[in-house]
Amino acid sequence: MSEQASKANAPSRELLEKLFKTAYKIRVFESEGIKLYRQGLIRGYFHPYLGQEGIATGVCAALSEGDYIASTHRGHGHCIAWGADVKRMVAELLQKDTGYCKGYGGSMHIADISVGNLGANGIVGAGTPLGVGAALANQIKGNDAVTVTFTTDGASNNGTFMESLNLAAIWNLNFVLVIENNQYAVSTRIEESTRETDLYKRGIALGVESHLVDGNDPIAVHEIMQDAVAKCRRGEGPIVIEARTYRHMGHHVNDPGKYMPADKLAYYKERDPVDRARNALSEMGGATAAEIEAIENEIKQEFEDAVEFSKASGEVSVAEFRQFADIY
Amino acid sequence: MARELMYRDALREAIDEEMERNNTVFIIGEGIAERGGSYKVTEGLLAKYGPKRVRDTPIAEAGMIGVGVGAAIAGARPIVEILYIDFAMLGMDMIVNQAAKFRLMTGGEGRVPFIMRTQGGTGGGVAAQHSQSLEAMFYHVPGLKVVMPSTPSDAKGLLKYALRQDDPVMFLEHKHLYMTKGMVPDGEHIIEFGKGDIKRAGKDVTVIAWSNMVPRALEAAARLAEEGIDVEVIDPRTLVPLDKEMILTSVAKTNRCVIVQEAVRRGGVASDIASIIQEEAFYDLDAPIEIVAGLNIPIPFNLELEKASVPQVDDVVAAVRRSLHAKPLAQAAE
Repeated sequence: MSEQASKANAPSRELLEKLFKTAYKIRVFESEGIKLYRQGLIRGYFHPYLGQEGIATGVCAALSEGDYIASTHRGHGHCIAWGADVKRMVAELLQKDTGYCKGYGGSMHIADISVGNLGANGIVGAGTPLGVGAALANQIKGNDAVTVTFTTDGASNNGTFMESLNLAAIWNLNFVLVIENNQYAVSTRIEESTRETDLYKRGIALGVESHLVDGNDPIAVHEIMQDAVAKCRRGEGPIVIEARTYRHMGHHVNDPGKYMPADKLAYYKERDPVDRARNALSEMGGATAAEIEAIENEIKQEFEDAVEFSKASGEVSVAEFRQFADIY
Repeated sequence: MARELMYRDALREAIDEEMERNNTVFIIGEGIAERGGSYKVTEGLLAKYGPKRVRDTPIAEAGMIGVGVGAAIAGARPIVEILYIDFAMLGMDMIVNQAAKFRLMTGGEGRVPFIMRTQGGTGGGVAAQHSQSLEAMFYHVPGLKVVMPSTPSDAKGLLKYALRQDDPVMFLEHKHLYMTKGMVPDGEHIIEFGKGDIKRAGKDVTVIAWSNMVPRALEAAARLAEEGIDVEVIDPRTLVPLDKEMILTSVAKTNRCVIVQEAVRRGGVASDIASIIQEEAFYDLDAPIEIVAGLNIPIPFNLELEKASVPQVDDVVAAVRRSLHAKPLAQAAE
């Protein structure tokens, strides 16, 4: 499905490079971040996006300045794809005052409202009503901004999933609901959570145009998303996109994911989204091995620099925090 | 100059004026557009501002509260009307975990100028799921402003202020107050949060009350005045932020205090105010603080039982008398 579609609309070298850079940057952030976590430098929760990079990468590449995103508890990938500053992200995970939230938020709450990032969210499913709300705000302001909520298979059984998608539908909002179906709600298999495992069909039930896409194919995701964004800007929203994928590991850093069958994991690792973005860049974009290596090195360096920046950053101020607390 | 208005009309004026002034102010709720709302607060707004800014919603409280919060984060000024405060419980995640937390979680950068207007309290046998006074649930959560106007003037001034500040506001009206009348100043009338109001000045006993307990406290004060007892009735108007200064000043003057709340006694705002007074004004007190509150019980349907569940004027009168007849501490120790 996706492969054919991709060939029909040969993507530009520029786009292929952008997709690979983003996917690879997320991969580096998560793999290196896990190392920092193991060293005890990152505390709290850390939900890696490893294996799902294709979705945030493809989706965000189709959006423009002025658009909005809302994310999940597994939100690092969305922030990076949205163009967040890796320095400030690492600083946040390291609890520094130079972090996106001055160390007040942490991994599950990185947000940057100044650029339309409504933030990650520690409550599974909460991003959907918030995203629909942002879309409503933009409709009332009279602009054509599109809001995307990244949600999950786990969140799709929460009441607000239907409540808020239904509001988006009756109000014709410029809203795209991207359901990242990684097939687990923490450790519960999707087959145990719902009888109808094709989650995009829930959109159809509400009269919303809905699609299924291979979430491990960043080019296919980008293509379907571009179409969805164009339709929204024409006032034909909302749209649901279910992107099917699989995690490379358990729910969070300390979950070994023993419940994930080895053969299924192997199947998805063979269809790794970062490898596919890299292959597309070399095969369709004509990038040489040396060019790709240069991109990879630059991204690795960016992460190392971010760690150095964060380590050198100031600690949070308890006095300033107390002052902040006074407003409550 | 001032005019006499009903509470519900004063609320409508506030919404109307602020919608006129700022085109990102909008209102959503159940039956609020064409029908004008169960209490007629939004009557006429659809005709004036159109369906983009005055919208009916399906019955989906968690969804509509969440959408309001999201719109506020994205820079609009939503008013979400929830028919009964009891129904707000369906949207608690969005209020408690989203709206209240966003500012802190973003290191102070993100703001949520979200207003939930709803009404609570007993009135006319609407039974256990339509009669609650739940302000303590919001009072407990850092990050929410809790507003409970008792008069048309306060309702208008506080709602206008709510629409100009940047934090989530639980604007809690009372079903018994919509048809009550009062003088409302002409022109721009705005009341800042955290400024209480002395509803009746007096020197013998301070009675602290809010929402529908204010008229009851005033009635009790009028009755006690006939016996020569001079009661001061103060209304904090906003529970968060709380006008501690007004409370402490009044207690320092009268040395006696009665707190009246319609909500159940257990875990209530009255208990917290009492703890603030004993902590900060213990040596001003000549008698124990009296709390007059609802029974720790769901509100029953039967009208006599409903009355027995929440404070009545007689209960306030009795509490003031108890407070006055208590011996001053020094004497009690003898």
